[in-house]
Amino acid sequence: MRIPWALLTLFIVINYGLLMTALVQKIGARVGRRHGIPIWQNYIDMLKNYALRTSITHGVMFYLGPVFRLSGGVGLLLFVPSIYGSEMFANFSFAGDLILALYFVFFGTLGMALGAAESGHPYSAIGITRGLSQMTAAELPFALAVFAVALQYQTLSVTEIVAAQQGGVLHWTLFTNPLAVAAAMMSFLGSMMRPPFDVVLAPQEIPIGPPTEYHSSFLAMMQTNRALFPVAKIVVYMNLFFGGAGSWPEFFLKVFLIYMVSAFVGVVFPRFRVEQSIRWFLIWAVPLGILAVVLV
Amino acid sequence: MKEELLKRIVKTPDGQEIEIDPLRDYYCEAGPTVQPPAYTAIIEKLFNWARSESLWILGFGTGCGAIEMRPLMTPRFDAYRYGIQWRPTPRQSNLFVISGYLSVKTLKRVIRSYEQMQGPKYVVGLGSCTINGGMYWDSYNTIKRLDDYLPVDVYIAGCMPRPEALLAGFEELKKIIRAGKAEGANQYAANFDWYKANQKSVIHDWDMPDYNW
Amino acid sequence: MQQLYDTLSQRFSLGEFTRQRADLAFITVGAVRLHALLRHLRDQEGFTHLVLLTAVDWLEDGQFQLTYLLNNRAKCQDLGLRVMIARDNASMESIHDLWAAAATYQRELREMFGIDFPGSPRLMDDFILEGWNAAPPYRRDFDTLEYARATYRERPGRETRDPAAHMKQQLYGDKGDV
Repeated sequence: MRIPWALLTLFIVINYGLLMTALVQKIGARVGRRHGIPIWQNYIDMLKNYALRTSITHGVMFYLGPVFRLSGGVGLLLFVPSIYGSEMFANFSFAGDLILALYFVFFGTLGMALGAAESGHPYSAIGITRGLSQMTAAELPFALAVFAVALQYQTLSVTEIVAAQQGGVLHWTLFTNPLAVAAAMMSFLGSMMRPPFDVVLAPQEIPIGPPTEYHSSFLAMMQTNRALFPVAKIVVYMNLFFGGAGSWPEFFLKVFLIYMVSAFVGVVFPRFRVEQSIRWFLIWAVPLGILAVVLV
Repeated sequence: MKEELLKRIVKTPDGQEIEIDPLRDYYCEAGPTVQPPAYTAIIEKLFNWARSESLWILGFGTGCGAIEMRPLMTPRFDAYRYGIQWRPTPRQSNLFVISGYLSVKTLKRVIRSYEQMQGPKYVVGLGSCTINGGMYWDSYNTIKRLDDYLPVDVYIAGCMPRPEALLAGFEELKKIIRAGKAEGANQYAANFDWYKANQKSVIHDWDMPDYNW
Repeated sequence: MQQLYDTLSQRFSLGEFTRQRADLAFITVGAVRLHALLRHLRDQEGFTHLVLLTAVDWLEDGQFQLTYLLNNRAKCQDLGLRVMIARDNASMESIHDLWAAAATYQRELREMFGIDFPGSPRLMDDFILEGWNAAPPYRRDFDTLEYARATYRERPGRETRDPAAHMKQQLYGDKGDV
């Protein structure tokens, strides 16, 4: 009985993700005094890409790249409970799901690396090199923060971590372990692919980076993941640091607010180069994470 | 043709002798095929609507008209609200704006980029130069009629047309796409030999395969 | 500038001197000792920067005029050297050993005017035109219009009007001179 509910979660989250990313893009456009895209633009773009009549392939891994990427997002979402206390939307969470979530966060990028390498385009290779180095630096503080939280609550189950945070805002990890949350939020900025850390995917940089060769349904699949993955990642953050969500409205609100953190930073700050962002993570975020682990 | 593109025998570091033919090795030679609308009318209608509302322009400024596209991104004209975006790679874009005069040297790159785009794809000729040569009508190295070399869906006249004219042209293109008449890619595939003959009549150093995917 | 001309003329045989502005002058020189003159200007007189190297086609005289424009940054002076060379089988000594950038100019001149610069690097490579198979297009005996007509197909229906007469007609109609 869990599978249909999990699929329902997936459906809700994909639609929410498509609308929310469009909304955030609109907000970003309003900051620049533009109207921005229509709120349903993501749907149209995806439909258009699925409807293209021709496509070319560069080999098996080229097919598998977007598949891996999407399964990274889907896996991350499905192995973490999305609504706390709900039997229906607990998905496939189990005792050690925190470790699995950490793995899935990285999984998509690795799959993408294989696919982009197969495409044979030099820009893809450069893009994925930059992407992997930046991701590695950005994930480090997150991993440290997760260790700190796991140590703090003495468990590797996301459900139990959420349970431990119930009973008021002051029980959230945000207040019980602020150092870990600070480190994790810095890492969050780095993995959302928004400025100042979007040098990997920004269209103005070495043309669009890893997906240079991807088109039609391959690209549409990656767009689906672009809508799904940030939400899935935020679900992990919400569960670990912000007390989880007890209902869908609470879920939507919290995910939106957490996403807005990176959107706010994004519209204010210009883009970092890769080596600058790596230095930034190593100097500011990693020590915080280490401190959080030590102090727990 | 450049020397590095010629067919030749090279010696590998481990002593083997292999024959390489860069034009064959790097590219695929299969020509384009006509891709008729594959689904029932109502689904094609939906797809055509989606195609018209999601125009991704290839960021390739071929001439002076490229400067007219920049204001479209800015607050004053903001083409994004019409579903128009710029993509940096031909693979992902489906609208090619030939922005102004097209020299023979650029035409070569334009053909390569156009052929790498995935169908259905559209071409907009921007400015008088693409229509009849414009002020470059007596130039020794610019083509005069774009539709001899690529299937063009919409022309936007002017020298230069203002960004408003571009927006109007894009709206016109949307109508054509929604009506299902923007079949430039199929036209190109059907009359492939004619287009190639025209292209080769002005590009004298043809050092690429006949079809770049 | 006059002073510079006087100093130079003690060592080199110089031709006509044209003073355009206080900080810009042109000197006509012979092709033979040009290289030595340029080296002297660069190393002794402070004209360290080659601004441009271009050509003019004097078809009626059967000559090409090469213009080497130099700049003296310290004194904010520009000096142009005019060299007349024969138009048939035009050839000139390369100066890429003085300024590496000159090689690019020489490539351009070779392509656009058909002037040869023996020894200049990558001289025969395409510069702007690719696969050009007619006469060099900047030569004045190259008929651009004829070439364009023969090579690029026209779209029928193109009209050309005299701008002045047309605007007069548009603005004032038949009222004639106003």
